[in-house]
This record gives sequence, C-alpha cells and structure tokens, in this order.
Amino acid sequence: MARAGPVPADRPPSQGRGSPAGDSIFQGLAVAAALLVMGTLAALLIVLFENSSQSFGAFGLQFLWSTTWTPAGNPLHPEAYSAGPFIFGTLVTSALAIVLGVPVSIGVAVFLTELSPPWLSEPLSGLVELLAAVPSVIYGLWGFFVLVPIMRTDVEPGLQQLLGPNFPLFSGTPLGLDKLTAGVILAVMIIPTVTAVSREAFRAVPTSQREAALSLGATRWETTRIGVISPARSGIFGAMTLGLGRAIGETMAVTMTIGNTNVISGSLVAPGQTIASLIATNFGESAPGTLFQSTLLELGLVLLMISLTVNVVARLLLSRVLNVEAGRE
Amino acid sequence: MTITFDSYGRRRIVNLVMTLAAFAAVGLALLPLVSILYTATVRGLPALGPGFLTDQTPLPCSGSACPHGGIGPAIEGTLILISLASLISVPIGLMTGIFLSEYGSNTAGRTVRFLTDVMTGVPSIVVGIFTYTLFLYAANAGYIQFDYIHSAISGAFAISVIMIPIVARTTDEALRLVPTSTREAGLALGLPQWVVVSRIVLSSGRTAVVTGVLLGLSRAAGETAPLLVTALGSLFLFRQVNAPIGALPLTIYQLGLSPYSNWIDDAWGAALVLVVMMLLINIGARVALKYGGPRGSTR
Repeated sequence: MARAGPVPADRPPSQGRGSPAGDSIFQGLAVAAALLVMGTLAALLIVLFENSSQSFGAFGLQFLWSTTWTPAGNPLHPEAYSAGPFIFGTLVTSALAIVLGVPVSIGVAVFLTELSPPWLSEPLSGLVELLAAVPSVIYGLWGFFVLVPIMRTDVEPGLQQLLGPNFPLFSGTPLGLDKLTAGVILAVMIIPTVTAVSREAFRAVPTSQREAALSLGATRWETTRIGVISPARSGIFGAMTLGLGRAIGETMAVTMTIGNTNVISGSLVAPGQTIASLIATNFGESAPGTLFQSTLLELGLVLLMISLTVNVVARLLLSRVLNVEAGRE
Repeated sequence: MTITFDSYGRRRIVNLVMTLAAFAAVGLALLPLVSILYTATVRGLPALGPGFLTDQTPLPCSGSACPHGGIGPAIEGTLILISLASLISVPIGLMTGIFLSEYGSNTAGRTVRFLTDVMTGVPSIVVGIFTYTLFLYAANAGYIQFDYIHSAISGAFAISVIMIPIVARTTDEALRLVPTSTREAGLALGLPQWVVVSRIVLSSGRTAVVTGVLLGLSRAAGETAPLLVTALGSLFLFRQVNAPIGALPLTIYQLGLSPYSNWIDDAWGAALVLVVMMLLINIGARVALKYGGPRGSTR
C-alpha cells in the first residue's frame, strides 16, 4: 500500500516554493540516516566480534559451557574464564521472570479488556504502563532496600518451611541477595510489556468470538478462556518472548539484587550472576587489550546474540498479530 | 471446549475464582509502583533541602548530624548528557522516521523498520561496552585523546545509540497516522515532495513526534548501565569535556550502595527526583497524545 510513494517522474514542473532538486537531497538525507542506523547495528556485532578474538582464541567454544573463573594473579591457577555460570544465571532469572510475571500480566490484560468498565480501563492501563517508565536503577534501589529484606526474612524462610528444608530449589541459607529476588524484580519489570502486548492481542479478537461463547451459555470466565485467550495464543506467546528479551538484557536491577557471585548453584536462594550484571560489575576494572577485557566483550557478544535472537522471534510472532489488529500493510 | 450443562454451580465458582484472580493480578502488578513511590518519598524527603538540586555531593558520613549536601553534579551531568545526546539523536532519528514513513513502503523500508524495532531490544550494557570499544579504537588510532573514552562525549554517544531507534520508530508511527490525502493535497498544489513532508506532514504529526522525542529522552535520562562504562560518574561539578561526568541514575547506584548514611539518603532523594520527573513526562506525553493527536487524523 503506497501511502506516499516516490513522486511519479512525469509530474509537472514545480510551481510552488522549494526547488525540485531538494527532493533528491531530502530523500538522500533520509536514506543516509536509515543506513546509519543499520550501520550501527552492524557495527555493534562487528566490533564485539573482533574484540572477542583474543578470548575465543584462548578458550574456544568450550567457553560457552565451561565454569572456570580464575582471574589473573592467582599463583595456583592459570588465568581462565568462561561463560557457563553467567549464561546459567541469565537463563534462570529470566525463566523466573516469565514464570512469575506472565500469569500476572495475563490476569491484568484479561481484567482490562474483559472485566473492567471502560472508564476504569484506560487510567488503569496507563498506571500499569508507568511501571515501564520507572528507570531500572530505581527498581534496583527499591529491590536492595525493600524487597531483599522481605525476601530474606519472610518469603524465603517461608518457602523453605512450606517445601521442607531439603527441597533442592530452596536449599541453603536464604540471603535475600539471590537469584529468586532478581527473578521477582525482573517479573515486575516485564509486567508492563507483557500486559500491553497481550491486551492488544485480546482486543484484536473479534467480538463475535465472545458472543458465540456467551450464546452457548458460557460463564464470563469460560467466554474469556474459549473466546479470547485461546484465539490470542500466538499473541500471548509473542508478548512472553518480548518480555523474555527485556529480562535477558536487564542490567542494573539485577546487578543490585543478585548477589554477584561467579558460581553455578542450583538453589534459587543462593547468589548468582547474569551476563549483564557480570559486565556491569567488572568492566570498569578491566584494562584495554587484556584477556579479561576481551572475555567481557565476548560475553557481551553472547548476550547480544541471545537478545537479538529472542527479539527477532518476538517481532516475527507479533508482526502478524499486531498488524492485523492495526489494519496495517 | 468442554462445557457441561449439569455442573452450573461448579462453573459459577470457577468463574468467581478466576474473576477474583484477575482483580488480584491488577493489585499485584500495581503494588511495586505504589511501594516504590512510597519508599522514595519517605526515604528521599529527609535529603531534600533548599540546595539539594544544585549543591555539591557531601563528604561521606554516617549518623543523624551529617550534612546532606546535594546532587548538583548529577543533575548537571544528566542535563549535559541529554542535551548532547539530543543533538546527535534527534536529527538522525527524525530522518530515519521520515525514511520509514515516507519512503519505506517497500521491502527495504520494512526491513529497516524491523531491524530498528529489534535494535530497541539491544541490552543497554552492550551499547555501553560497544561505545567504550569504539572510543578506544579512535584513541588508539590517534583521532581523540584517551581521556575522551570516559567523558560526556562518550556518555552522550552511548545514550544516542539507545535513543535513535526509539525516536525513529515513534516518528514513523506518528507520521503514518497523517492521512495520505494530506500529502496528496500538498502534491496537487505542485509542491515538491520534500516540502510536503517537511512542512505539511511533519507539522500535522508534530504533537506525536515531539511526544515521541520526549519519551525517548526520558528513557535515555534513566539509563545507567551504558554510563557505567562510559561517563563513569563524578562527585564534582563539570569542569572539562574530557573528564568523567556524573548523571542522576549513576549517582543513585553509586551513593545508594555505599555504606554512608548521608549518601544513601541522597540516593533516595535523587531517586525521588528522577522517578517524579519520569512519571510527569510520561503522564504529560499520554495527555498530549490524547488531546493533541494528529490533526485531521481519522483515528
């Protein structure tokens, strides 16, 4: 659909203000800006890839699953690094964010589209979207001073009592500064994204679907389940993937609550480290040209590849759902 | 789809439970927002004195008699970083948005739009180390002094990389709401297309464009991770362009995790200032979009 395609070549000579030569200059500037943006994306990949070579040469592909972390200056071990603990930490905290955040988001989206009266729906969705406006460092500060103590003294001991002291996911002394707390913060942070996209997906479901369910005698919940959630499945999945993308790359809030420990521990109440939090806490101490800095840049490349992949999948899933809704293309 | 007609009582209970669950979800989602605003107000207010926004960072000190000083370097740094970042990212973002909406209804345009969307998902810490490395290249090649790797310039560059895709996509969305007939009216008058776009289309969509830029700015003002490896933070007021520079979010991180009571108070004070600023910009943008949307739009 041509909204304002290039002007046909046989257009009569301009009589208004501005010279027609301006057209090619203006279009040239627009194209140049777009190329610059694409160039930046390419440069991100190229620069990180090039600077990873030192680390990749030293550790190879094993880097991705090995768990060694012995910094330089240790007389007993040679300097060696790996990505294992951090990929693990990133996956665990993001999975927690999805498990805890997505059901709440779907609940909010159902409330906004199916239950709430119209006068309440708009201000309420505005409030939920304000959650996305809060900077991540403020989530971190709040997490550190408010959420961490609650997790340490109430939630985590409570979970241990409920499930028994030997339940592997919650074993060990609860510290508050751990993967579970980071996961909870991430869950809060993805709620606005997942809610907004699911809400759009629910709105895109034709009213006739709801009416069909209602006319069969379904209750309101059954109508929502059969007539709304079910047809919007792919939209919900896209929303979830977009939320996952946000959780994977989140830095500050995680850095301030995860405990920053470079080991793999199966217990959620033990501290950990994500790729992003590792780079944030260590990059300042790495000197240019060292193996350590190259390692951190390779980790950055790994993080970039993961989040680009997740984002591409999310956008592909959503482009169908949301464009149909908006009547585009 | 199993709707059994003999268990209406059970179905009504399930309906009630699920309705309550949806209510609970709304409460659960809003609880953190309320808690953040409450905590920032209660813990931030003690730090707020007459000179809080302009004074120097106080000497670290613990106890009730400690001076609170101010967050002047952070406020000043954020203003400098945001201004520099806008100078870079607004023209580029705007022109990319114009490319997408006015020249982008083809495969190239759709590809650029898709990749710009994907770019908004690049983790901000990755943008930080990318910027650091680029500046390191430039310094090694002799184009800039090594000082500039940690400076207002590198900080503004990192923020721009984050802002440009946001400004581009919001401009794109805003201009695509301007009806095609508006463009055709301009072209029918014999105006060249670039005049139509820059004078007519851009001005019909200006509320939405300005709002988009503001939202991009507010997102940029809250970024911490990329500044952690570029601007680096500073406890002192601005002196030279090739030295580390402070920023509100950096101050919140650095003072907030310190062991000194007056610094922690100041971090909460800064958090209060930042969060109120963000909420005002976002609420303002929402209102502006609702009441001042594109003129002549059919939506």
